[in-house]
Amino acid sequence: MITAVIVISVMALFFGLLLAYASIRFKVEGDPIVDRIDALLPQSQCGKCHYPGCRPYAEAIANGEVEINRCPPGGETTMLALAELLDRDPVPLDEDIAEEKPKLVAVVDEYNCIGCTLCIQACPVDAILGTGKHMHTIIAKECTGCELCLPPCPVDCIDMKPIQAELTTWKWPYPNFESQIVSASKTPTTEEIA
Amino acid sequence: MQLFRFHGGVHPAENKAMSAEAPIVKARIPKYLVLPLLQHIGTPTEPVVKSGDKVLKGQVIARCQSNDCSLHTSTPVHASTSGTVIAIEPRHVPHPSGLMATCIIIETDGRDTWLERPPIDNYTALSPDIVRQHIAQAGIVGLGGAGFPSHLKLKPDGIDTLILNGAECEPYITCDDALMRQKPQDIIAGAEILMYVLGGAKHCIIAVEDNKPEAYEALVKGLERFYPAFLADHYGNEADYPKHKIEVVKVPTLYPTGGEKQLIYILTGKEIGRSRLPAEEGIVVHNVETARAIYRAVEHGQPLLCRLVTITGSGIEKPQNLEVLLGTPMHEVIDWCGRKSGIERLISGGSMMGFSLPNDELPIVKTTNCLIASQKEDVDKLPPAMPCIRCGQCAEACPIHLLPQQLYWYAKAKDFKNIQRYNLFDCIECGCCSYVCPSHIPLVNYYRYAKSEIRAQEREKRHSDIAKQRHEFRSFRIEREKAEKAAKHKARAKAVAKTKDKKAEIDAAVARAKQKQTADTSDKNS
Repeated sequence: MITAVIVISVMALFFGLLLAYASIRFKVEGDPIVDRIDALLPQSQCGKCHYPGCRPYAEAIANGEVEINRCPPGGETTMLALAELLDRDPVPLDEDIAEEKPKLVAVVDEYNCIGCTLCIQACPVDAILGTGKHMHTIIAKECTGCELCLPPCPVDCIDMKPIQAELTTWKWPYPNFESQIVSASKTPTTEEIA
Repeated sequence: MQLFRFHGGVHPAENKAMSAEAPIVKARIPKYLVLPLLQHIGTPTEPVVKSGDKVLKGQVIARCQSNDCSLHTSTPVHASTSGTVIAIEPRHVPHPSGLMATCIIIETDGRDTWLERPPIDNYTALSPDIVRQHIAQAGIVGLGGAGFPSHLKLKPDGIDTLILNGAECEPYITCDDALMRQKPQDIIAGAEILMYVLGGAKHCIIAVEDNKPEAYEALVKGLERFYPAFLADHYGNEADYPKHKIEVVKVPTLYPTGGEKQLIYILTGKEIGRSRLPAEEGIVVHNVETARAIYRAVEHGQPLLCRLVTITGSGIEKPQNLEVLLGTPMHEVIDWCGRKSGIERLISGGSMMGFSLPNDELPIVKTTNCLIASQKEDVDKLPPAMPCIRCGQCAEACPIHLLPQQLYWYAKAKDFKNIQRYNLFDCIECGCCSYVCPSHIPLVNYYRYAKSEIRAQEREKRHSDIAKQRHEFRSFRIEREKAEKAAKHKARAKAVAKTKDKKAEIDAAVARAKQKQTADTSDKNS
């Protein structure tokens, strides 16, 4: 009887120490699931999900406070990726927030810009260049198309323009059964295949 | 020579006879030339002329970015004939997207005046590297249709076999066939120059499909009669002759034998994986017409200004192979060969891998090897696609050993993760699977869709990573500025407090002095 108690106590102590060691040795900083969700979001920081940026939205998803369909720039692709990561059912995009739009880039009408710097302060990715009483311009390559620079502009001189497809960025469309591809001639006979 | 057979493949109707026999004719100089800045795989060139400039035949009008053709996958564009640059503007180019791209437009003067060409030395007197640079400046790309800049495939690191691809397995196309029949000496000379540039290469194989016996005979004859004379011209002494061997090999007719990796497998039995290059196995493959372009560049100082184009199809009176100046509008050559009424469809490339063009106003570029103009009754409208019945014929036809039906299911479901597990990017889009599919499913279109979608997602991911970095830095910067401001505030408050203290001290000192003074005066008074 006493031996059993001792053995169990020693074992409990040993495993307790092992667990304590493991919790120090393999300590995980932060919440990895938030990082993984954040990595799937488009990082436009547009706030269209009604959260102040992509990371806060990722935290809200991780806490189960919100659906995964509230990211308009990410669209269906992001929603499906989130659904797979979190093992949730795919849901259609939230219509109240915004429909999916083509990729946009902001363009400053340089003739009308008064150099007030308000848009510079609003840009979440520092993609606007300029200083007080000087014309501003957008670094198109860095612009995420979040539209956050539109409301602060007092003279309404920023436009959102769709990004034109180029030869190198053009995508093949999803095949449409009506538009058939070209085939050499008739379908081969069974002898030809054999 | 032992040959190997790759898996699958198909025998589509060849439709080559109508254009193969006719002699190669030079097409006339058109009134306008439209030369896109991007006619190859890689980065676009940058123009070095401006609107209004007079240009001569062979003059560089667009160079590689930062003028470095080995750094960028790029090669210059030359004026195909003399004339005046009238515009540099976006025009429609032959591309499946039908999009516009920047082109240089030249109004020709009809005189065809050459730029003064420096006399060409015997290339054997130059080092292989200098010959290679010369080829890079000549704007030569793979003329089989892919358009990869040729000089990048001529680095001599450990290459022992050069393969010249004269398989031409695609239906309708006969430009390589006509070239091999009519100009075998140019191809052999090109092969010899390529061997020289590649340095240590021991073996050159010119591969011809066995449905082109005339081309095979012409090459064999050329090797017997012309090759010794060429060597004697360039090396003089028989003792100085190079040690390598050039041979012509017949390969069985089977589509897609002309695919680079398929041809390598047939000839050597070596399989080249997706992420690997043939050069890693000591093999390099060039098209026969590329070899001829290299011969012309090295021996005659002519950059790539024209190419052979097969003009064929039921909508053409006289199907034939034309030597066309690059930038010539397609309608010019179609009219030249006799346009029949009611052309319903125009395809650039062969019928298996080509793409249809919206109209014939587009220019002929370095990669245009064939134009098929079909009349209405020959455009076979395939019955609408039916559901996949999992018959597996596509898997039997696939030359890469892929599972086309599985790829199709994933592409249709937009499951881009699993489709990559099934090696989507190994697909060469040869179209064998679509060809055999009894349900007429446009399988290749699904793979192209999935590939371009995955590439776009990767681009977006890179973009979003940068955006995230910038956003994080901005947040950090705002925090830092706040902290700096707070620190400044504190410092100032301290300074103010200090000055207050000092003032108090001075006041106290003044008060003390005054007190002393009053004490002194009162002392004196008393």
